[in-house]
Amino acid sequence: MTLSRRSLLKLALAGAAHPLLPVRGIVSQAFAAPGAADAKFLLVFLRGGYDAANVVIPVGSPFYYESRPTIALPKPDPVNPLAAVALALRDGSAAWGLHPALKDTMLPLWDKQQLAFVPFAGSDDLTRSHFETQDSVETGMPVAAPGATPHSYGSGFLNRLAATLDGATPVSFTDGLPTVMTGQVVVPNVSLKGTGRSPFDNRQMAILAGMYEGTRFEPLIAEGFDLRKTVAEQAEMMNTGSMAAEMQAANCNAITAKGFELEARRMAGLMKDKFDIAFIDVGGWDTHVNQGNGQGQLANLLLSLGQGLAGFAEQMGPAWSRTVVVVISEFGRTFRENGTRGTDHGHGSVYWVLGGAVQGGRLAGEQVAVTPQGLNQNRDWPVTTEYRAMLGGLFRRIYSMDTGRLSQVFPDAVPRDLGLI
Amino acid sequence: MRQVSVIGLLAAALIAGGGGVSGRTAPFTRADLRWLGRVTFGVDSQIVGSYRKLGREKFLDAQLHPPKDDPGGLHAAIAALTISQKGADARVFEIRQENQRINALGSDEEKQKARMALNQAANLAVYETARRHLMRAIDSPWQLREEMTWFWMNHFSVFSGKGNVRYTLADYEEQAVRPHALGKFRDLVLATATSPAMLEYLDNAQSAANRINENYARELMELHTLGVSGGPSGSRYTQQDVQELARVLTGLGLAATPQPLKLGPQLAPLYVRQGLFEFNPSRHDRNTKTVLGEKIAGKGMDEVETAVTLLCRQPATARFISAKLATYFVADDPPPALVDRMARTFEKTDGDIAAVLRVMFLDKEFLAALADDAGGHRERATKFKDPMTFVVSSVRLAYEDKALTNYHPLVGWLQQLGEPLYGRVTPDGYPLGEAAWTSSGQMVRRFEIARAIGSGNAGLFNNEDNSPGTAAGFPMLTSRFYYDAIEPSLGPRTRAALGKSNSQQEWNTVLLASPDWMER
Repeated sequence: MTLSRRSLLKLALAGAAHPLLPVRGIVSQAFAAPGAADAKFLLVFLRGGYDAANVVIPVGSPFYYESRPTIALPKPDPVNPLAAVALALRDGSAAWGLHPALKDTMLPLWDKQQLAFVPFAGSDDLTRSHFETQDSVETGMPVAAPGATPHSYGSGFLNRLAATLDGATPVSFTDGLPTVMTGQVVVPNVSLKGTGRSPFDNRQMAILAGMYEGTRFEPLIAEGFDLRKTVAEQAEMMNTGSMAAEMQAANCNAITAKGFELEARRMAGLMKDKFDIAFIDVGGWDTHVNQGNGQGQLANLLLSLGQGLAGFAEQMGPAWSRTVVVVISEFGRTFRENGTRGTDHGHGSVYWVLGGAVQGGRLAGEQVAVTPQGLNQNRDWPVTTEYRAMLGGLFRRIYSMDTGRLSQVFPDAVPRDLGLI
Repeated sequence: MRQVSVIGLLAAALIAGGGGVSGRTAPFTRADLRWLGRVTFGVDSQIVGSYRKLGREKFLDAQLHPPKDDPGGLHAAIAALTISQKGADARVFEIRQENQRINALGSDEEKQKARMALNQAANLAVYETARRHLMRAIDSPWQLREEMTWFWMNHFSVFSGKGNVRYTLADYEEQAVRPHALGKFRDLVLATATSPAMLEYLDNAQSAANRINENYARELMELHTLGVSGGPSGSRYTQQDVQELARVLTGLGLAATPQPLKLGPQLAPLYVRQGLFEFNPSRHDRNTKTVLGEKIAGKGMDEVETAVTLLCRQPATARFISAKLATYFVADDPPPALVDRMARTFEKTDGDIAAVLRVMFLDKEFLAALADDAGGHRERATKFKDPMTFVVSSVRLAYEDKALTNYHPLVGWLQQLGEPLYGRVTPDGYPLGEAAWTSSGQMVRRFEIARAIGSGNAGLFNNEDNSPGTAAGFPMLTSRFYYDAIEPSLGPRTRAALGKSNSQQEWNTVLLASPDWMER
């Protein structure tokens, strides 16, 4: 099954007409860069509910400063490296700033208009329970009415996306298979954290795989070894071969990349050659206590995330123009700082959309004034852009999907085109 | 350490009647191996020896009624851990004091240093709790108790990363869960309901009259006793029941100071304090509640016992718990008739866990499925090892005669396979069906772990700081025990693959990576 999908992809890349793709022009506005066959999509999931208000910062709001006596970021100030960095908005306003930890990595993409933020984004799930909301977001199903059994198709929306697009090659860069990637399509998974050379040679792999012939695990083992081999070859290349040179050429610091940046660069290497729908999660965002401001817990996480995403963009090379990265989290946090210099679980968040063809340098979606009256339940950000509507709108753009296919990915959702591509 | 266990087990075997002489000569069949694979974390020569000596029923009865204490060597090794030196209350009060001291420190640098030291101590407590769990899983001859401890820790799951749970976790497992692992289900629920770890993890410590937090009340019904309302257990409860139960549970929480709370003459007699656990009547809603149609008069802490007893005696609870046990031990989709038989026993014995397990492990339908080689019951005979069982059974087989000195590799493997101890963020515990553990990446990771164990390069005999310890070498899995007990059950493809191995290390790896070894 996978092989046939791969060969279809090759055909599509070779320029053959794709039998199952809808005809362009169904969507009102044909987009320029990403085509259905060669588009690359990466979903980055920040687990723990990240504090969006300290990342894309409403520096024009006095209420923000009242709400966060110790953890607010100072207003933009060129001589203060720990102050928010002004986000130049097209309307000339200076209402928003960016966390300074992202200045060197994400601001350049914003300036190149390859990065957009979607504030007041999130799910309609109001439980503020990590697991329930993560599950519901990854499943991609509508939120059930109170008391009703939650909807589940026993699959996640990225798996359904892959099932809908013939020729798609999905992958999950995680130890286990996350809910978002479970479903009818067999999705290989591997964590790139420190995974290097394979301990098995070809002969050993053949012996091991041979034992599983005829069992229900046979296709999984083949898929797993295949990916493991690719990852091992890549690890080897990074140490010695062409990839090291490539990374060196791309960025003289790249060779010393560590942690998430190294992982992200390796993801890019694999996505360029082999995969087109990918998932990774980054944890640690549940900052109830001592969250910090310009420095501290959140700043460290952002620094590493920004370096990773910038490294990914760079490593994608020319394919970046056909790539879309979306960064989401299960929910946001309280707008007001809590009693332990942190924030508690909140509702709305800010999503990031990055890519070579992204219409960036702007805030997308409907916005709300950052005032006490604007808060949801006097606690956190409201959601004006629902994630299924937003991602549905994006997928329609990226893959030229018709309504029928979209409704397989996000049942009962009404896709909204935020003009992000 | 394992030597001591042998003596303990043999002594127990003699006390248990020294019977089973006829069993000594009986052949050890594939069904025996599979059955032992369910009752234990995995076979080794001690377990098989004792099984052959006692016969199936007596072996099971000994496992269901183990002596209270660990055997000597294991007991001593556990007593030496830092988590054995101090209770959760002392720990938490110390931490609170230390936090106050840190907040008063002058420089940020000093603060950071002190906080790092605090974090290290917390990490050590969590690691040692995992270590203790693994030591028992690998070394204890009373395998079923340790399996049930894992099972209930998963059923009443708490996440070590939340709040102070990392300081209360060791006591939670040792005092609330493990002592009741084979006892009465109601005692287990009550023990977890009054445990600081659970009360903090599910936020009940924050719940008070008129400021209700429903989190724990909901999970107590949905995950711990009745099963999801309207779900397969047949439970029927409403949001109203959840809210009423939450009112019953108000006041259960954690003490703020080592000194007991001072209350007025009216409330003082209702106050309960045990270590870090506290029932604070001034936070408790003392009005009458109605749970599942039963009125519960507002009296104080007694209400909790009344409510828990009510929940535990529901037929839905008997079905929910029986089905979960059968899913873990028998098959992902256990025979409904078996679950019915277990549930009836659960109800008849007022939730006697050992009695329910006895019915399950000696069930004719289950035994027939295990014995059936023709494939008629194939689905019901297979049970894929979850990561914990895979890792522990492999180490038990490979290093029966050597005491491990470093448990970090095991903790890391469980993490890589997606099932770290105390690492489930959500209160539902890890899934018990194979689908959660068989992604392509996890399968290949298992092979790599099989290689690490089989080649002797895993670092299990290093010192805890990972500096080289005594050289252990690679295990010799081609033992007489293997030929007697394991080899007869292997499929032709596995035998063929073993035949292609170039070295003992590779042979070990192939065996531990084989599809036969992935099944319990």
